[in-house]
Amino acid sequence: MIEALNLGTALVILALAVWTIAARDTFAAVVGFVAYGLLLTLVWVQLRGIDVALTEAALGGGLTGAMLIGAAARLRRTEGAARAQRPGVPTRVAAALLAGCVTATLAVAVLGLPDPAPTLAPETAANIAATGVGNPITAVLLAFRAMDTLLEAIVVLFALVGVWSLAPDRAWGGRPGPLQRADPDGILAYLARVLPPIGVVVGVYIFWIGADRPGGKFQGATILAAMWLLAVMAGLVDTPPIDRSRLRIALIAGPVVFIAIGAAGVAFAGAFLAYPDGFAKLLIKVIEWALFPSLAVTLALVVAGAPERTGT
Amino acid sequence: MNLADLFTVAAVSAGAVFFLAGTVGLLRFPDALTRLHALTKADNVGLGLVVLGLLPRVDDVLAGLELVAIWVLTLLAGAAVSQLIARAARRGGPPV
Repeated sequence: MIEALNLGTALVILALAVWTIAARDTFAAVVGFVAYGLLLTLVWVQLRGIDVALTEAALGGGLTGAMLIGAAARLRRTEGAARAQRPGVPTRVAAALLAGCVTATLAVAVLGLPDPAPTLAPETAANIAATGVGNPITAVLLAFRAMDTLLEAIVVLFALVGVWSLAPDRAWGGRPGPLQRADPDGILAYLARVLPPIGVVVGVYIFWIGADRPGGKFQGATILAAMWLLAVMAGLVDTPPIDRSRLRIALIAGPVVFIAIGAAGVAFAGAFLAYPDGFAKLLIKVIEWALFPSLAVTLALVVAGAPERTGT
Repeated sequence: MNLADLFTVAAVSAGAVFFLAGTVGLLRFPDALTRLHALTKADNVGLGLVVLGLLPRVDDVLAGLELVAIWVLTLLAGAAVSQLIARAARRGGPPV
């Protein structure tokens, strides 16, 4: 029975993936992509990867979906013109060949993996007590593979720099996104008043629980960012001007603390991002606490977009 | 199979019927407003019955409250989002 359900889910996901690529309308493709992300969340739950499922739902489906819907809305005006410039047959054949080769190479690589796949799981499980953290995912992300997590946190910041660099010169330092005017008595404003108190509690809870159970800073920060974006869309608050120094400090505080603790590891524990004996859990907590607000602000501003208005 | 199990099977099955009916309505109804109507029935009543059916199976009161909270939040989101979609559809926004 469960096998049949799994097979059904896999087929639906594959069909939805093909449909998303084949859809001619950008908006429809984005909706397909969001549904695809939510179905993928079900797959991760089924694989007992609750942490990954939370991340996929929050970042893959939710935040990326919101960004893509914004992009689709912007492209709507020029979409007809873009479609008229359809590439010629040779270009399309070359693109299909390239994509086919990449897929075939990936398939060969995946099918060529040894069975059972090589794993570090036993060693990780044996050494997890040394970190003092209960959730193995958090232990791997912040103790055994801390470098990857550091780069992830910084890459989000780089993405924001990339978004901001799209600002026209006259708007540099101004407020991101268009001025939102929603009916102050409308349903959106109502939702933006009722939901954030609940959402903030849920976001902080998911961050807090991350040390011992599924959850963590990325998922929690995404929920906080979503609550703030909801209030922005309802016109209840405005986006801050990006030249405000308090905002910039909030953005870099998390990565700076992470790098500082990593550099201190060179002096006290003999390697970059190494934690001295007995301090692992404390330092992991400090890094998580520092990254959480920075990530929330960074993710929210990535979705808010490039500065468009000169604002004070 | 005791009484609690029977209750779970009955309520979750009834919820599934509402989800099925909502999906059929989504596919068969003629315009955006009636399709939204069908969809929110699936969310409100269907999910409500599923949650109701799962309540006897939870380990503690807190887990039960979590389930009910999920249902209430879905009600809130469903009601708000369907109003927003309906307004966009009436203004002739994205194709309906």
